[in-house]
Order: sequence, then C-alpha cells, then structure tokens
Amino acid sequence: MAETGMKDEALSDVVASDASTTAEVEAVLDAPVERGEPILQVRNLVKHFPLTQGVLFKKQVGAVKAVDGVSFDLYQGETLGIVGESGCGKSTVAKLLMTLETATSGEVFYKGQDITKLSGRALKAVRRNIQMVFQDPYTSLNPRMTVGDIIGEPFDIHPEVAPKGDRRRRVQELLDVVGLNPEYINRYPHQFSGGQRQRIGIARGLALNPEIIICDEPVSALDVSVQAQVINLMEKLQDEFNLSYVFIAHDLSIVRHISDRVGVMYLGKLAEIGTDAEIYDHPTHPYTQALLSAVPVPDPEAREGRERIILTGDVPSPANPPSGCRFRTRCWKAQDKCAEEVPVLAVPEVFAGRSTLAAHESACHFAEEKDVVHAA
Amino acid sequence: MTTTPTEKTANTPEQSGKKDAPLLEVRDLHVEFHTRDGIAKAVNGVNYSVNAGETLAVLGESGSGKSVTAQAVMGILDMPPGAIPKGEILFRGQDMLKMSPEERRKIRGAKIAMIFQDALSALNPVLSVGYQLGEMFRVHQGMSKKDAKAKAIELMDRVRIPAAKERVDDYPHQFSGGMRQRIMIAMALALEPDLIIADEPTTALDVTVQAQVMDLLAELQREFNMGLILITHDLGVVADVADKIAVMYAGRIVETAPVHELYKRPAHPYTRGLLDSIPRLDQKGQELYAIKGLPPNLLRIPTGCAFNPRCPKAQDICRSETPALHQVTEQDGAAMAGRGSACHFWKETIHG
Amino acid sequence: MPELNDTATARATATVSPAGTGDVTPEKPKKETSNSLWSNAWRDLRRRPVFIVSAVIILLLLAISAFPGWFTDADPKPGDLTHFLQKPNFSHIGDADWFGYDAQGRSIYARVIYGARASIIVGVVTTAIVTVLGMLIGMIAGYFGGWVDAVLSRLTDIFSGVPILLGSLVILQAFTGRTAWTVSAAIGVLGWTQITRVMRGAVITVKQADYVQAARALGAGSGRILMKHVLPNSLAPVIVVATISLGMYISLEATLSYLGIGIQNGISWGGDISDGSEQIRNALHVLLFPAGFLSVTVLAFIMLGDAVRDALDPKLR
Repeated sequence: MAETGMKDEALSDVVASDASTTAEVEAVLDAPVERGEPILQVRNLVKHFPLTQGVLFKKQVGAVKAVDGVSFDLYQGETLGIVGESGCGKSTVAKLLMTLETATSGEVFYKGQDITKLSGRALKAVRRNIQMVFQDPYTSLNPRMTVGDIIGEPFDIHPEVAPKGDRRRRVQELLDVVGLNPEYINRYPHQFSGGQRQRIGIARGLALNPEIIICDEPVSALDVSVQAQVINLMEKLQDEFNLSYVFIAHDLSIVRHISDRVGVMYLGKLAEIGTDAEIYDHPTHPYTQALLSAVPVPDPEAREGRERIILTGDVPSPANPPSGCRFRTRCWKAQDKCAEEVPVLAVPEVFAGRSTLAAHESACHFAEEKDVVHAA
Repeated sequence: MTTTPTEKTANTPEQSGKKDAPLLEVRDLHVEFHTRDGIAKAVNGVNYSVNAGETLAVLGESGSGKSVTAQAVMGILDMPPGAIPKGEILFRGQDMLKMSPEERRKIRGAKIAMIFQDALSALNPVLSVGYQLGEMFRVHQGMSKKDAKAKAIELMDRVRIPAAKERVDDYPHQFSGGMRQRIMIAMALALEPDLIIADEPTTALDVTVQAQVMDLLAELQREFNMGLILITHDLGVVADVADKIAVMYAGRIVETAPVHELYKRPAHPYTRGLLDSIPRLDQKGQELYAIKGLPPNLLRIPTGCAFNPRCPKAQDICRSETPALHQVTEQDGAAMAGRGSACHFWKETIHG
Repeated sequence: MPELNDTATARATATVSPAGTGDVTPEKPKKETSNSLWSNAWRDLRRRPVFIVSAVIILLLLAISAFPGWFTDADPKPGDLTHFLQKPNFSHIGDADWFGYDAQGRSIYARVIYGARASIIVGVVTTAIVTVLGMLIGMIAGYFGGWVDAVLSRLTDIFSGVPILLGSLVILQAFTGRTAWTVSAAIGVLGWTQITRVMRGAVITVKQADYVQAARALGAGSGRILMKHVLPNSLAPVIVVATISLGMYISLEATLSYLGIGIQNGISWGGDISDGSEQIRNALHVLLFPAGFLSVTVLAFIMLGDAVRDALDPKLR
C-alpha cells in the first residue's frame, strides 16, 4: 500500500513536471534577455552522420563527424561570425541551432532551456524566436508560392502572432522594411533578382519578431554590388529590431565587417574564437593565420607587403579525421604532441593573464601570435 | 590594350611586341540571344587584346557578358539561341569567325584552351582522369593508348597531383575539389596552348586551396609564356594575378587599366562603387558603400550609359548618350598608358 | 523588441536606408488580384489555345459518354446484314450510315458514340486509381524515408515486376460480367507503380530544398509541408505520366477486349478496333473510326496534361 502510494506520488511528480515544462518553457521564452547577456549557449555540440551499408537492413560502418564538440556563447544583440572552409561543419552547426538536425550529443541552451531536447509545442515556441536566412535565394523560396504567401506563411503556422485580417498588411510592411515595393505581394520569386529574393527570405525570417537569426552564407550567392546592400540591410535590421546574429560565411572580409566576435572552424571543431580584432589582428592559431593570409585582398599594393602562407594538401575527410589536433596534417608547426593530444579551446598558457589581444581562446599546443593581415 | 584608335597609341610594349598582331584580339564583338521575351543583348561592342605571357582579367558581375565573350572566343556559344551579329575575333591576326568549323576545331584545344568553374561537371564522371587527359593526345596527335597514358601521368605530375602514377586510373569523384581543378588545368595545358581562358577557375574552391591553384596557374603561365584571360567577379583574385583589367558592365567594357592603377585610382563610377562596396580584411569599417539598384535586364538595357540608373554622378547626358571608351589622361593631359574609361565624367571620377 | 506593425517607423526607415532599391525592376506590376496557385493556373489556362482545344474535345467526349442518345438515334447493337461493310456516307452527317457499317451490319457511328463511355470510364477511372494510389504511396515513401521507404519501395518493385497486360488478364479471368469498372480496378491495382516511383523521386528532391527546411524552421508540421510545399512542387512529372498513361489505359482496355477478356456485353472502342482489324484489307473504315476516336481522345488528354503542367509552373507563365 505504502509502496503504491509512493509510486503514485512519483508518477504524479513526473506528470506535474512534464505539464509544467511546456508552460514553463513558454514563460521563459517570453522573458527578455539583457543586452550583453548570453542568449544562446552551445555546449559540446556533436553531430555525427552515420555511414551505412545495405538497403533494407542498414549496418553502420562509420560516421562523418561533421560537428565534433563545439561550444560557444551568443550574447544578446551581438553578431557572432563563424568562418571556415567547405566541410568544416559550419552549416551543420546552423542546422543544429535551428533544430533542423538532431544533435548526436551536446546542448544548446536558449535562455537556459536546452532546445535540443524539446519537441512539439515547446519547440514550435522556440522556433518563433530563432529564425534563419538561407544561402541560396534561388532555392530557399517555394517557386509555386507568391511572395505574399511566402512571407505570410509564418503567420499561418503561428496564427497567434497576427490575426487573419491583419496579415496582408503585415506582409506589406515587412516588404517595405526590407526595401521591396509592397505592391509586389502577388508576384512569384522568379520575377525577382537574387538580391531581391534574399530580401524576401529576410522578410520571412523577420515575420515572427525573432530574437536570434541564424544566417547561413546569406550573401555568398549574390553579386558584389548587391552584397553590400544586403549586408547594410542586415545591420540596419539588427539595430532596429535588437537582433542577435549567428553569421556563418566563408568570406573573411564580410565576416569581419559584420561580426563582433568570430569563431574559426576546422573539421568540425572550433580552432579559435575571439573578438574581431583578436582574430584578425592577433591570430594565434596557425590555421587562422593561413586562412587570413590566403584571402586575396583587392589591393595590389597591400598584397606585396603581406606574408602568404600557402597550405599544402586538402582538408582531410571528416569521416576519418587525424588524431590529436585535426589541423596537424597541414600545419607547418606540427610535432609529435599534436598527433597525440587534442588541444583544448582555451586561452593558451603563454598568453594567460597578460593583457594582450592575443590572449583569447585558441586550440593550439604551440599558439603564437602572428599578424598576417597588415602589410609589413 | 584595346583597339579603339585612341587606345592603340597608348599600348604598352609587351615582350611579344616584336610581332605585329597580339595573340588574341577581340574587335567590336556583339553577341545576342533570341529568347521568347525578346532579344537579350549580352555583349555590345567589346574590344580587348592579350599578348603572350600576359594576363588580362575580365571583371564583371553576373550578366555583364564576361563569360559570353569568352564562349564566343572559344566558339562554344550555343547558336541558336545565341548569335554574333557583328565583330571580329582575331587569333594571331586571323579572324576566327570567318574560319571553317574544321579550322576552328583545330585551334580550339590545341591553341586556345579553357578552364571552367565547375570541374566536377566539366569532367566526364564515367571515364578515368587518365583516359580523359590522354584523349587530348589521342585525338589531336594520334598517339597510342600507352603513350597517351604516360603523357597523362606526366601532366598530372606537372600540376602537382601527388602520386600521379597511382591515381591516373581514378575517377573524377575520387579527387577533392582542388585536385579536380588541377586536372582541369592539366587538360587545358595538355597540348601546350598559346592562350588559356579561365572562367572563374577558383570560385568554387576554398580560400586556402584557391591560393594553391592560382599560384599553379601563374607559374605554368610563366613557364609556357602563355596568354591568360581570367574571367572573374572577385576583385581580390584579380589584384593578385592580373597584369591588366577590363571591367565589364551590361555587355560593354566600362574601364580598362593596368592592375595597380585600377585599384588606386578608378576612372569609372562603377569600378569605384565596386571597390568601395567590399569590406576590408585589415580593419573594421563603418557602413559599407552600396551601389544602389540592380544590374540591368539585358532585354531592356537603359539608353545612354547602361550604368546611369545606379550612378551617383548621372546627368542628363548619361541618359541620352552612350559614352565611348575615352583615353584617360593625367591632370596635365598626359596619356595614362593602357587606361580607358567609358564615362562622360571620367575626369571628375579620377581627379576628384 | 519593437513591433513591425508600426507602419510609420517602418516606412521612415525604409526611405532613409539605401536598401529601398528593390523598385528598380523595370517590369510594371501586373493587375494583381487573387493569388492562390490554382486560381492563377486557371487564369493562365483560359488563355492557352492548346488547353481550350483539348478541353472542348474532352468535354464533348464526356457529353457523348454520358448521353449517347443526344448524338445518334441509331441503335448500336442489332446488325442488319443488308448493310454488310457498307462504306461511309459523309453527306449524311449524324445519320446511322454516316461512318458506314461493320461486318455484322451495325452502324459504326452509333457504335463509336456508344463505345465512348466504356473507353472514357476505363481511362479516367484507372488513371484516377493509379494516380491517387501512386501519389500517396510515393509521397509517404519519399517523405518519411527510412524503413517506411524500404518496405514501400520493395512493394513497388514486386508490383512493377508483374506485366500489366498479363496480370489484368489473370485477374479479369476470375470475373464474369466484367464492366468498365472491373477492368479499371484490375488495371489500377497493378498500374500504380510507375507514378509511385516518379512521385517518390520528385518528393525526395523537393524535401531537400531549402524552402522545405525554411518551413520546418518556422515550425510547420508534416501535413503543412506536404500539402503546401512538397505536393505542388512534385506534381509536374506526375501529371505528365498520368496523362500519358491515361491514353495507355484506354488502349490497354482495347487490347483486353481484343483478346476477348475486356468488357462483356458492352460496346467499347477496343472491341470494335479488334473487330475492325479483321477487315483491314477490304473495309478500312471499320477500323479507322474507332481507332481515330481513340487517338483523338488520347491526344486530347495528353495536351490537357501538358497545359496543366505548364500552368502550374509560375516560371513558364
């Protein structure tokens, strides 16, 4: 009797906590975050895509370690840039933050709530607050929907945000906000140029008044002269709507321009993270240095004074990454230690306690400051 | 540099200056496409020339006509819907547009080769790279299978593909993006052409690999003393390798200049706008300058200067009169070698 | 966080920013009213001559199948051997002897009119069965993937291994008093695999598209994603296959009737084509009229399918 009573109690406990979760989550999510406080905390995020064989009965034969232990904070109102080459896992990070992919392990805390474990209503509520802008403006808009339907879709999914009669007006306002003619509401995506389509994608992302926008290469598919327009628009919107951005790109110049802090990814791990000046002017990780030195700078004079580090070889396969430090196979500083020990992302000992911009987190056993951006 | 009469005198002496004709010269080239919605004027009177050992960068955004011009030179333009109503393409002084298809075919591949942006789709996925490289020798030089394969290995070595001997029988998908682009370069080099046209050769590659490939290309160009036409939208890549630059907009060349000059003192508002709109790597800037508006629709190119609706300097004359490519001069009137600007207000643009 | 619906601020910022540049497009906005995919497609279709012609033919055929009595007074069944293989008389429009008589002395015109019903029913009903089954199975397999896909795909493989003609022959053998409906059901049960494969492929492509990811990121459920994004974008190839196979099913019914296993005690173009083919040397008209009607019907449906597919793609408008 006593036993069953205890069981019941335990059971009701569980139920109670479950019931409160959704309501709790929604309450938590509506609470504002102070500027400068972390709004998103990523802890040891891992995503392995299984490699399988067989048709009906699949057997796992390995895994592509797309993201392999990534941790960072996103502060309210800031732009965190994430750079890296193709295959480094930066786009997978974007999908994980959007919960479009399920994390293999690790946590993403949004206002203290681990969103990787959420589902159903609670997840839907989170999605109102975290939105995304995609890379390819030609594939991110449904070709068979009008612009009005595309930008209005968020309101169909979250009807509580805008009453039905109000939607058309809201959509037209959004078009106006992103610099498009509100009369274009009944046009189809193919009637717009790339830059205009990206504006439509941004308007869709803004519709639900999100707090965070994940931008996955938002301008890399655009013409140079149009890139600047879209970057400026994004900066304007950030100020206007108090947005926090995670800005994922491979173009280092653009990332420096828009970001407050920058993380450099290599083969599924963060190599270095810090403020824009720390990363660009005082890089301590050899990969960051190589990356920066390889960027073709549109200034023939500056080019001649710059040291260029040309890496040999290609990025190894993420299905079979090197042991120890993942960059060691292409690194000119690599020693035995690099093959044996995985370097942790922390302020290197040499710089610890010193007040220099080189004292930021860098995952290298032999971290050393080297300015490769400014002409000697 | 270009063939406008005023320009001819301003030509810089090149190492191959002994010859009368440049390696390749494009004169007043026009290309149009007949579409359902009307005639798209993709190229509207382009002039440029390249000498042996020289690198000409053709810079432009999508729809500027930079790639179409190259396709016309290569003779790989789809006709129809494309058509060349006017113009000459002189290779060593001979107009290729007047040649028979057979004569052109002989030049293509053997004398002029092309490197494409997307190496994966430019290589045949079901044939080994060795076979594809060897094909050049078998078809053009009638080599035996065995010799062709040996040549293929030699080429792969030359573009520094590690373990060429072991990898010669591998298929394109087994190589990484950078390696595939090297194979493309090897293919273009196979018959030791006089001119290589590279259409966005590194756009699909990562920065660190980009640098490797561009270096390789530059080195091989020096070694063989080839002419190189580099087609790109990337002002950074151009700054690194080009000798002279032609900036294209709406099917016209709007500015020509030696590489250093262009970046230091642009003489066309479009070039200036482009340069101002890219963020810098070495310092954090303020708001970016953005060229307003959109590139023109080729079916309805604005009258006058095609850039006028987006130009901060546009006056009435810009809307009515198409500017010719003016010789750019110093303030004292001295001609600046190889420089031209198709802007009514080039003086104001360059001298402030 | 400031609300977007503050029109005044929104407008003010838009005019200040250098971003207010989308308006450079030279195209004039069209008169824009209703805006659903289907209503736009309908407005577009009404302007296409191909659609109008095929729709008129199909409507006429539907009218013929529904009310054959409106089109002829003659009775298709009883034969009068005095008319044995009588040649057509083209001046007697609409009369029993308009298209001549067959070997049993029956009016070919009346038979063509009365035969339309069976052919149209078999064509339309079979296509409907096949399309619904095929799209459903293909969509489920393609969208959900995993073991669902594995099971459904193997099932598709098994069914597609059965030759439709042979399979339906065997099935129909088991039925007596076969009507157009029995024939449709027999063909439909075996014929869905092609559309399933087409649909599955299209769905797999579409579900990876960024706009589907975008909808998921907005919190859209599977139902919404399937109906709003996946279905409209995977429809085009299915429509093409369905319209082409509609013609095929009409001919298949003809073949079955030719083999004597089609519709019983009824009149169908297939049966008449089979009869007519015996007279191909001495009286071509007996074959020509049912075959001609069959071809025109099949062509009309294919043209309709083409027009609908184009109209559903805004890029082709």
